[in-house]
Amino acid sequence: MLVAKPGLDGHDRGAKVIARALRDAGMEVIYTGIRQTPPMIVEAAIQEDVDAILMSILSGAHMAIFPKVMNLLRENGVDDVLVMAGGILPDEDIPAIEAMGVKGNFGPGTSLATIIEFVRANVSPERMRQSLPPLPGESAPVDAPLAADTAREATR
Amino acid sequence: MTSSQTPPPAQPDLVERLLAGDRRALARAVSLIENRAPEARAMLARLHAHSGHAHIVGFTGSPGAGKSTLVTQLARELRKRDQRVGVIAVDPSSPFTGGAILGDRIRMQELAGDPNVFIRSMASRGSVGGLAVATRDAVRALDAAGFDTIIIETVGAGQAEVEIVRAAQSVVVVTVPGMGDDIQAIKAGILEIADIFVVNKADRPDADRAAAELRMLLSLDEKRGERAWRIPIIKAVATTGEGVTELADKLAAHLESLRETGQLAARSGRQAQSEMLALLHQAMIERISHTIGEEEWKRLVAAVVERERDPYTTADELARRIGLAPEAPEAPEGR
Repeated sequence: MLVAKPGLDGHDRGAKVIARALRDAGMEVIYTGIRQTPPMIVEAAIQEDVDAILMSILSGAHMAIFPKVMNLLRENGVDDVLVMAGGILPDEDIPAIEAMGVKGNFGPGTSLATIIEFVRANVSPERMRQSLPPLPGESAPVDAPLAADTAREATR
Repeated sequence: MTSSQTPPPAQPDLVERLLAGDRRALARAVSLIENRAPEARAMLARLHAHSGHAHIVGFTGSPGAGKSTLVTQLARELRKRDQRVGVIAVDPSSPFTGGAILGDRIRMQELAGDPNVFIRSMASRGSVGGLAVATRDAVRALDAAGFDTIIIETVGAGQAEVEIVRAAQSVVVVTVPGMGDDIQAIKAGILEIADIFVVNKADRPDADRAAAELRMLLSLDEKRGERAWRIPIIKAVATTGEGVTELADKLAAHLESLRETGQLAARSGRQAQSEMLALLHQAMIERISHTIGEEEWKRLVAAVVERERDPYTTADELARRIGLAPEAPEAPEGR
């Protein structure tokens, strides 16, 4: 997941809360920080090979920024990435935003669970398939320790 | 932005696109490596022949020491020297959910938009030692893609970060003044792995003392006089770029010294060896998890805990079941 804050407003508390919630849902979240230009967002999405992008915007510049992001993604042949937005998005702009291919469009009051569910339901299945479960002794969650870990620790 | 790629008429595969400098192909290759996709091994096998040209630099040090900022400045300096720079920034995965927040890009924004810089974040995914399991293979992909210097930034957890010596040719340990205990903490583990020390935030009043303490610790090394490389201590202020030119010079000098003394070949040999051992270990674990199910594994573990079994005999039995026949303790045939 790429969580990006385009535009000039510096209010990224919402973006950080969402980044944290997505992490807690087991996702790897790349947070870019504030004042991202469309080329910066697209470049980060390419280099990190993300499954989804979530842009948080409160400044009202969405109608200027989103088309640039979508065009740059297209120019670079990125066509299998879920692009979402959240923040202050006036109702009358939503149809135009959706027409660009930006999904979700989470306004104030959207629950974190809704966003997480939306990501899970909408990331391309082709991309989801790529992730394999870990081997024993590798990347084991704390609540299910494997003997291999303990054994390795003990022989250290 | 790289918009003018010229693909050959025949559909080039991922490896060919990567070798031709396609950034998306490189990014996808790293994902395949990270996700241990079935096609990753064959891909890496092909990439290996094209790798081995990059200078691989590791950065480690406690969290908040300024590693990301310093890496950014170093990358800028190396760009001035006309090098292509790859950065792999490892951040910790949550041990509870497997999720991660990778925030190193925030401090690397100055590098955005330069096609000769490639930054990739990696989550540690439960591996200890400050690197992700896939870090070395990701380095191989960047190396094959033609980056001149590849910088690995570790998790920065502290003492356990010695893994970086197995992945990098030059290791930079970043510390900051005013952390007396920190220097104590790095004495054993990290101190031994440093090729270069950076005392960052050197505009703080106690920077000289921190540098002096390090110098004192280094002077305790009995073999210091015999070593070809004298570990430099560089005072830097990452936020202003002070000390970064010196760091780039010392890194180049270190690589040169490794070459001259034959250390580079020796390190490569050690790295290849540990890599092969790791692959064998992985193959064995894979074989075991295919041979016995998770249920039986758990039962065996529980039996060992309950003292119904012992781990040594159990491991020997498992090894035999996957076709490894360990020699019996008193092998009859004399060697």
